[in-house]
Amino acid sequence: MSTSLKPRRWPRLGDVLLWLTTGAATVIVLILLVIIVGDVVRNGARGLTLTFLTQAPKDGMTAGGIFPAIFGTVALVLLMTLAALPAGVATAIYLHEYARPDALGTRIVRVAVNNLAGVPSIVFGLFGLGFFVQFLGGGIDKVFYGGAKVFGQPALLWAALTMAVLTLPVVIVATEEALSNVSGDVRLASAALGATQFQTITRVVLPQAVPGILTGAILAVSRGAGEVAPILFTGAAYFLPKLPHSLHDQFMQLGYHVYVLATQSPDVDATKPLLYSTVLVLLLLTFALNASAIVVRSRMRQRFSKSHG
Amino acid sequence: MNGHDTEPARFARDASLFAQADADPAGPTKPGQLVLRSSQSSSRKRTLERHRPPLSERLTEMLIHVLAYSAVAAMVLILIFIAKEAWPLLTSSAIHREVTLAKMWFAQQWPGYDTPEHVWQPVSEVPKFGVWPLIVGTVKVTAISMLVAVPLAISAAVFVSQYASRRTREIVKPAIEFLAGIPSVVLGFFALMVMASWFQDFFGFDSRLNALVAGVALSIAVIPVIFTVCEEALGAVPRSYVEASAALGAARWQTILRVMLPAAAPGIAASIALGLGRAFGETMIVLMASGNAAILSANPAESVRTLSATIAAELAEVVFGGPHYTVLFALAVLLFIVTFGINFVGDQTISRMKRRMGVSS
Repeated sequence: MSTSLKPRRWPRLGDVLLWLTTGAATVIVLILLVIIVGDVVRNGARGLTLTFLTQAPKDGMTAGGIFPAIFGTVALVLLMTLAALPAGVATAIYLHEYARPDALGTRIVRVAVNNLAGVPSIVFGLFGLGFFVQFLGGGIDKVFYGGAKVFGQPALLWAALTMAVLTLPVVIVATEEALSNVSGDVRLASAALGATQFQTITRVVLPQAVPGILTGAILAVSRGAGEVAPILFTGAAYFLPKLPHSLHDQFMQLGYHVYVLATQSPDVDATKPLLYSTVLVLLLLTFALNASAIVVRSRMRQRFSKSHG
Repeated sequence: MNGHDTEPARFARDASLFAQADADPAGPTKPGQLVLRSSQSSSRKRTLERHRPPLSERLTEMLIHVLAYSAVAAMVLILIFIAKEAWPLLTSSAIHREVTLAKMWFAQQWPGYDTPEHVWQPVSEVPKFGVWPLIVGTVKVTAISMLVAVPLAISAAVFVSQYASRRTREIVKPAIEFLAGIPSVVLGFFALMVMASWFQDFFGFDSRLNALVAGVALSIAVIPVIFTVCEEALGAVPRSYVEASAALGAARWQTILRVMLPAAAPGIAASIALGLGRAFGETMIVLMASGNAAILSANPAESVRTLSATIAAELAEVVFGGPHYTVLFALAVLLFIVTFGINFVGDQTISRMKRRMGVSS
């Protein structure tokens, strides 16, 4: 009896086994990340020059750069953010500040938000084609352009709106988390000073939630920059000699460019260096966005824990 | 109407009572001051009684209420607009000449075949729209990805939440967030260019792109989904459970396997459901890495074509409103319904778990 109460010198066999197996799984997952990133960096870094970033593709996409794809990606995510941010923030404000948690309407909104996040991205692409391009775009053409095809075809605007629907849950979830991090004390203090609920939200709660909303916007941009399936039929183009100069033009996009170079190229070996460099640019872009989102969020949490801990 | 009027209204009422109480007992020292004070208090009273906020505020609040339903509107519009394009499959006689639901789901006697078979060959002299090769392909790739992802992700979540030091955790968790941030087209590219060659060298496959390559690549996208939810579920197991188990003399591993995992089981199940939904609907990875041959077979070494990859690969070349176009939208309806079902179950499980934990803590 007394021996079993002594501290054990050696860990139990079961613990050693469980530690080893779960630790091995963790290491495997990390190795996957290292292998993928390592391969892309090793093969892509050489081609990553200033001319590559600033020129258009040349010679059947076996030479030149990817500037139109970078431009198209940036234009796409900016337009997408313009559409997704107001709708997403409004939904989060409604869910967190106004709605009664158990009301039927609230529950329906929540189910919709959660399930919207799980809709396959290719289904968003078909929805964008059916709703934005054909229904809205075709409708605009009928009313304003006498049936001529202006908006009723795949375009930057429709791709951005499709992507906005896809990233809406990201913005909503991040904003709601930011709102719930604002303490109840400041809300009560504001109300005690005679502010209406609306004044409390716009002048007290929202300013404190800005970093969290920013995190959501960054994550949405990161998601939007990497998704390809939703824009396959709503606006992305293989190759365009000119940059898009209006909302109803088609555009090139980094992810789509990777897909095209990897699967449709007649000469895979000739495009391989370019392909790797394009993938590296896309990876760096999404990593930078995700890293900044993590930094903003951890700053926010630190500030929050400092003022309450 | 939503209870948001009541609190300011109560404050306003209380404040106006105070204002009156203030005004009454204050003795007049100077006539001028009295006038000033009473006019002040009466104007204050008026603004406090009329607690309806200005029109611009109410309009903005209405706008917020309307915008709040944008996600609901999106879900409804998605279903309506993909179902609308698939609807002629049930009603149009022009489309029935080429394809019907029965022709999609039951084996057909095609010219040139000995026995009735399921064939997906939409672009040929006799278009064949048998969906079973696609469904079997989707299930095969999804199953392989889950077989790889579930043990790895759950084990990693156990390690990170139970054994890892604070420093290790601060390395592993952001790393897995980065893994989640890798665009699926990059994973597809990696599977196509690098992994497929390694697998062929190692296993000696006939077809370089096959279900195994696509499934393993897909698992890289699924692991972060399962890991994140799982880790959260393990972290949410009440401390008292662990302490009780330790007090009964259980070793760490016994506590983990017999107390923590059963307590976190709903969350773990939900994480698997969400990962399954992701794997089932994922497009770019399978489009690039699976080889895209619609073969009805259970062999993981053979090339496969999934539902989502079929839509992505074929929609660009079809006639708008034609039979092929209609069938592809019908496949999208199928994808939507199945993923909705899987995710709905997963989300309900998570919210039930959260509610239960909220009560117990």
